[in-house]
Amino acid sequence: MNRIETAFSNAKSESRAAFIAYLPAGFPTLETFQDTANTILEYADALEIGLPYSDPLGDGPTIQKAGERALENGMTVAGTFAAARELRKNSDKALFIMTYYNPILATGEAEFIAGAVAAGVDGLILPDLPPDEADTLIPLAEQAGLKLTFLLAPTSTQDRIDLVTASSTGFVYAVSVTGVTGARVGIPEEVPLMVGKIKASTDKPVAVGFGVSNFETAQAVARVADGVVVGSALVTAAARGSGLPELCAEILAGCKK
Amino acid sequence: MQNFPLPDARGRFGRFGGRYVPETLIPALEELNTAYLEAKSDPVFMEEFERTLREFVGRPSLLYFAKNLTERLGGAKIYLKREDLNHTGAHKINNTIGQVMLAKRMGKKRIIAETGAGQHGVATATACALFGLECIVYQGEEDVRRQALNVFRMKLLGAEVRPVSSGTRTLKDATNEAIRDWVTNVRSTFYVLGSVVGPHPYPAMVRDFQSVIGEETKAQLLELEGRINPDAIVACVGGGSNAIGIFAPYAYLEPRPRLIGVEAAGHGVESGLHAASVAGGKVGVLHGSLMYLLYDNNGQIVPAHSVSAGLDYPGIGPEHSYYAANGVAEYVPITDREALEGFKLLSECEGIIPALETAHAIAHLKTLAPELGKDKIIVVNLSGRGDKDVQEAMRVMNDMENAAKA
Repeated sequence: MNRIETAFSNAKSESRAAFIAYLPAGFPTLETFQDTANTILEYADALEIGLPYSDPLGDGPTIQKAGERALENGMTVAGTFAAARELRKNSDKALFIMTYYNPILATGEAEFIAGAVAAGVDGLILPDLPPDEADTLIPLAEQAGLKLTFLLAPTSTQDRIDLVTASSTGFVYAVSVTGVTGARVGIPEEVPLMVGKIKASTDKPVAVGFGVSNFETAQAVARVADGVVVGSALVTAAARGSGLPELCAEILAGCKK
Repeated sequence: MQNFPLPDARGRFGRFGGRYVPETLIPALEELNTAYLEAKSDPVFMEEFERTLREFVGRPSLLYFAKNLTERLGGAKIYLKREDLNHTGAHKINNTIGQVMLAKRMGKKRIIAETGAGQHGVATATACALFGLECIVYQGEEDVRRQALNVFRMKLLGAEVRPVSSGTRTLKDATNEAIRDWVTNVRSTFYVLGSVVGPHPYPAMVRDFQSVIGEETKAQLLELEGRINPDAIVACVGGGSNAIGIFAPYAYLEPRPRLIGVEAAGHGVESGLHAASVAGGKVGVLHGSLMYLLYDNNGQIVPAHSVSAGLDYPGIGPEHSYYAANGVAEYVPITDREALEGFKLLSECEGIIPALETAHAIAHLKTLAPELGKDKIIVVNLSGRGDKDVQEAMRVMNDMENAAKA
C-alpha cells in the first residue's frame, strides 16, 4: 500500500474521513515552516505543501497573501523540494506538492517529477491543469510512481466526472463551491449530491476542499466524503502564531463519521 | 466572418493555446464555445453585429494615405488603418460589441472584464450601456490611480470599477481577479476578455471579432492600389488583439505580406524592464493559455514594463506565439524612448496623435520604410488615439529632457 492509500485506509479504520492539510512552503517563515508543518502532521493524515506561485488564480485572499509572503521569504522550486525532504525524515505520512503548472513547465516536467520523487513526495495537485492538458505529465508521473490528483467542481458534467476520476491516481479532489479557496460560513447543500455522483463513477477516495475551516464544516464534508481538505483556516492560524494545534484537533474531531 | 484554419478542436495553434484553467471553468468554456460557434453561423446574429459596427462604431474605419510621413521617411508608401477613429477611440470596441451581444444571446445578465489602461474597460462599459447589461470592471490599483480619466468614463457609462490590490496591481492581476470572479459566479456571469489571450475559445473569438480590421484593409487597398496585399503590415503587440485583427486575414494567404508585430521593449530587452514576450520570453502558461511569456527560472511571472499601459502584459497570445515560432510573422522590439519619438513624429507630421501603444508601431517605420524602398506599400494599424496618453507622455518626456540636461 502506498502512503496515500494508507492515509485513507487508516482514517477509514478509525471511522473517519482523512484530514488533508495545506501549508505553503516557506510560510510563515523559512525557519518556522518545519515546526508548523510537523505540528499539523501530528493531527493530519496528509499534507499538501504549497509551492508558491506569483499568479494563483484559483486562490482566495488568504492563500494569495501567504504565497506572496513565502515568495518574499525566498521560496523556490528547489526550496520546496528541500522542505519536503526534511519533513520526510520524520514522517511517513502522505505528502503532496500543490502548485500551478508554470513552475513545473519552467523546471521541465521530467525534472520536476524526479525532484519531487527524490524528496519523498507522493503526489501532485495542480488546480490549473485539467487532465485534458496533462497528456505528457500523466505518463511521466506514472513511470516515476508519482500520483496525480485532478479536481472536480460543482459545475462538472458527467463526461468531466468520468474523465477526471479515470485520470486521477491518488485521490479525487472535489471542490465544494464554484469559487476560489478560502474559509466560508457553511458547506453548500449540493455537496452530498456532487460527491454521490463522483463516487458512482469511481472507487478511488474522494476528498472535498474549499471552505472547510472548523468542526461543523469538517463534519458536513466527512459525512459524505473520504477526505477533508483544509487550507486557508490553517494558514490563518499559522500566520497568527497561536491556536494551530487546537484548530487541528477540532478539525480532526470534525472528520469523525 | 472568415473561418480560419486554426485553432484545432482543442484550441491549439500548433503547440500554443489550450485550456489551463480550474475545472470549474471547463464546462463554462465548452458552453461558451458552443454558443459562439452557433452565433457565428447565425446570419441574424452576424447581421446585427455588422450593423452595430457600422452604425454605432462608425465602421469601416478609413485606410488613410499618410503622405507627409511617407515623404519624411523617404521610403515605402505608408497607409494608416484608422482604428483610432472608432467610437471610444480604439479597436477594442469591435470585440466588446461582439462578446456583449453573445452574452445577451446566452441569457447572461452580468458582465465582467479586466482592464489595464482602461480602454477595454471603457469599450466593455460602452457595449453594456448599449445592450443594457450590468458591468463590473477589474483594474489594478496602480492603473486606477494612473488612469483616473478612464475610471471616470467607465463609471459615467454605468460600470462598477473594482480596484485590485494583489500582486503587481496592474493588468495581469486585474485579469487574475476577473478569472476568480468568473470561477465564483460562473453560472450567471459572462467574462468579456479584451485580448487574444486566455483559455480557448477566447483567443479565436477575439481574433474573429477583430478580423474586420484586416478584411476591410484588403478591400480598401484593392480600391486604392489595385491589390489586396501590401508589402508589409505593422502593428503593436501586447496581448496582441489589434495585431491579430489585421494579421489573421492575411496570415493564411499564399503569398502573404510581411507581418511585423512590434513589442514594447521598455528600457531595452537586455535591461529586464520590458514587455517583449517573444524577444525576451520563453514558452509558459498564464491565464489559461500556453504562449511566449516572461518568467524566471522558478516559473514565477516577471512583471512587464512599458511606457504604454496597454502593452504592459507579460505574455503574447497563442496565435502570435504560433506565428513567431513558425515564421508567419516577425516580432521586433521598440523601446519606450523610440515609442515617444514615434508619438511625436506622427503628431507633428500628420496631425494625428496616436496612442502610446500605437506609437511603437509608428516608431518601427523609421527603419522599415527606407529599408523597403519607394515602390513598396506598408499598412500600419493605427490601433488607438492618444488623447488618453497626453498627460503620461508629457510627464515621461519631461523626465527624459531633465535627465538629458543633468
